[in-house]
Amino acid sequence: MRYIDEFRDGRLARGLAAAIRRDVAPSRLYRFMEFCGGHTHAISRYGLADLLPENVRMVHGPGCPVCVLPIGRIDQAIRLAIGRGVILTTYGDTLRVPASEGLSLLRAKALGADVRMVYSTQDALAIARANPRREVVFLAIGFETTTPPTAVAILTAAAERLGNFSILCDHVLTPAAMHAILAAPQGVQIDGFVGPAHVSTVIGSAPYEPFADDYAKPVVIAGFEPLDLLRAIHLLVAQVNDGRAAVENEFTRAVTREGNRRAQDLVARVFTLREKFEWRGLGTIPSSALRLRPEFAQFDAERRFAERYLVVADHKACACGPILRGEKRPSDCKLFGTVCTPENPVGSCMVSAEGACAAHYTYGRFRGMAA
Amino acid sequence: MCLAIPAQIVELLDGDRALVQLGGIRKAVSLALVEGARIGDYVIIHVGYALQRLNTVEAERTLDLLERIGAAATASDR
Amino acid sequence: MKTACTRPLDVKRGRVDLSHGSGGRATAQLVEELFVRELHNEFLAQGDDGARLPRAAGRLVLATDAHVVSPLFFPGGDIGCLAVHGTINDVAVMGATPLYLAASFVLEEGYPLADLARIVASMARSSREAGVPVVTGDTKVVERGKADGVFITTTGVGILRDNVDCSGAHARPGDVVLLSGPIGDHGSAIMASRENLTFETPIVSDTAALHGLVGELLDAVPQMRAMRDATRGGIAAALNEIARQSAVGMLLEESAITVRAPVEAACELLGLDPLYLANEGKLLAICPPERAEAALAAMRAHPLGGDAAMIGRVQEDAYRFVQMNTRLGGRRIVDWLSGDQLPRIC
Repeated sequence: MRYIDEFRDGRLARGLAAAIRRDVAPSRLYRFMEFCGGHTHAISRYGLADLLPENVRMVHGPGCPVCVLPIGRIDQAIRLAIGRGVILTTYGDTLRVPASEGLSLLRAKALGADVRMVYSTQDALAIARANPRREVVFLAIGFETTTPPTAVAILTAAAERLGNFSILCDHVLTPAAMHAILAAPQGVQIDGFVGPAHVSTVIGSAPYEPFADDYAKPVVIAGFEPLDLLRAIHLLVAQVNDGRAAVENEFTRAVTREGNRRAQDLVARVFTLREKFEWRGLGTIPSSALRLRPEFAQFDAERRFAERYLVVADHKACACGPILRGEKRPSDCKLFGTVCTPENPVGSCMVSAEGACAAHYTYGRFRGMAA
Repeated sequence: MCLAIPAQIVELLDGDRALVQLGGIRKAVSLALVEGARIGDYVIIHVGYALQRLNTVEAERTLDLLERIGAAATASDR
Repeated sequence: MKTACTRPLDVKRGRVDLSHGSGGRATAQLVEELFVRELHNEFLAQGDDGARLPRAAGRLVLATDAHVVSPLFFPGGDIGCLAVHGTINDVAVMGATPLYLAASFVLEEGYPLADLARIVASMARSSREAGVPVVTGDTKVVERGKADGVFITTTGVGILRDNVDCSGAHARPGDVVLLSGPIGDHGSAIMASRENLTFETPIVSDTAALHGLVGELLDAVPQMRAMRDATRGGIAAALNEIARQSAVGMLLEESAITVRAPVEAACELLGLDPLYLANEGKLLAICPPERAEAALAAMRAHPLGGDAAMIGRVQEDAYRFVQMNTRLGGRRIVDWLSGDQLPRIC
């Protein structure tokens, strides 16, 4: 596969690992947070921790939109599916997320709700066209990578006057979450960020500049493949050694400073900022999520069905908050691996494949277990 | 958050869509988010949409760089 | 006295209806004109409810499988040949020679007889090619909406080879893990046909009867510890099952596991991991280390094992992890998923 396999080459990986090993100051601890859930997944799936020197630690950030989706948001979708008989369309990632009353979207389906997995908002639109007498709701989750496809769907639905289509808008913003982590009152033990790959193709590298400037933390945007990650870590090590804090772009083949203007414009046409939004594990963050503009109100399922968002608290012993901020590791959580597992996730970090706890459990929990 | 993959446009379809190809598999995707994409271009695909064109010159440059870094590091290892 | 004429079954345009399942004349006609006509053998010809089989010359092995695949027809096969191959394979990997199959059908009211005929013809073909006849069967019909077209359950009986003692509980540290060929073909063929992917290089199910391959392997190495055909859940599920049963761990080499290029591409596009995709014609075998070369040679000499490779080793592990050295030189677990793998967008 062109432009994929080359960036997974084992020989080049070993070369990069050697470069990192050569460049780290032996007495220093380097802690880097990879923000993007896809990066967390890649690190675990390729076992990249084994290629890094002992004093370079990766801290898994909250860039997993399923993990940061509060239970109450899934409850909304389930209520619409069970109570209102809508066709509830969703990406596969959300199907198993446990919500209130022992339900999940998959369990709601087993109870007779019409829950359908889609690969694309285009599929959701097609379902709406094919079922003109049924209400079709799309559970719109995701960071800035996934928001433009929803914007296109709304504009298409408006142009076609698709009267039975609406979305539950749960799109969230990356810089807001990064800010929440860095501005945490207890301070944060992170030396730099690996910036998300595909979010950055849309928003560009410019939005990260305040983090480098105001918090003096370097940000290196990394592509999606393991070699990209290793190179980004290499660049972060260099910045830390030099005492620099700048935004660097490793993913030059897909990311520019401005990003995808057309996608940004479409998003701006359709969405506006919510005043505040609750993030699972991070609390309520102002200006961190989107809702539909008033002119698209008919496509807003929350308004259309008068669906209020009800807060559902997380388990008291759940350590997701500190884990998402990099203060604790999954194995530090009392519930990890015993009460809280991928089959029975208690908190957000265990919920989807690239939550910090899920990734560690699925790919890496053999590390640090007594031999 | 962002499982996206580069694939090559092999055919343009109506309605702002295209057929892309990856490893012998073809899939129809939307080009609504990318301007001026042409047959032969590589685009990054996410949830059925092309998000951005892949700059193949930059891709080669990056690979070149990675080769040189690796070579230098393993040379200095000896 | 003239006997009444019966109109023959309209296979071309007819559909299954509730009378076909009632056990009366309509059932008999369906069985006679559609099933027995294709599957014909001396046992079915007896026309009884069950089949009288010859005396068994050894220990019996019994295996059963329900087949509910959707779509019913997919690139490389259909529910019919899947039903035959699947149960033959279940019997074979126990270390037994498969002898006879029983097949029961649950048909949905309204299902086209033409399609049913294709399915039965496919079963007959695979059964003949494998040399394992379907000797008895049953048909029921349920109302429209209560079955997905056709469900087939096959049960197979075989005779255990005398000098073989295969079980998932017999893997020992030091044993090698062998795999007969590239993974993920069946699962990705199904996913791809559901998701309207088209192909330049087609993905085709690998459905096949493995008893010939298993036979050659056991001829060369009767000391095989355990064998599995890696179906639902992929090689990940099968290996985790063995690790759990035998209370051992495993260490695999990602670079030794092959995935065909279009399968890999489909997985990338759909957000799937080939380790967890179903196969329907791949053999996993755990072998004592000193017999590994002989085992591989035997597998490679068979048409279904040409790409056989050693993909890892069994090791001590109180936690029974199946670990893997990634192609990048790092390490990860190949975990046991709790449910079906779902495509990811993240």
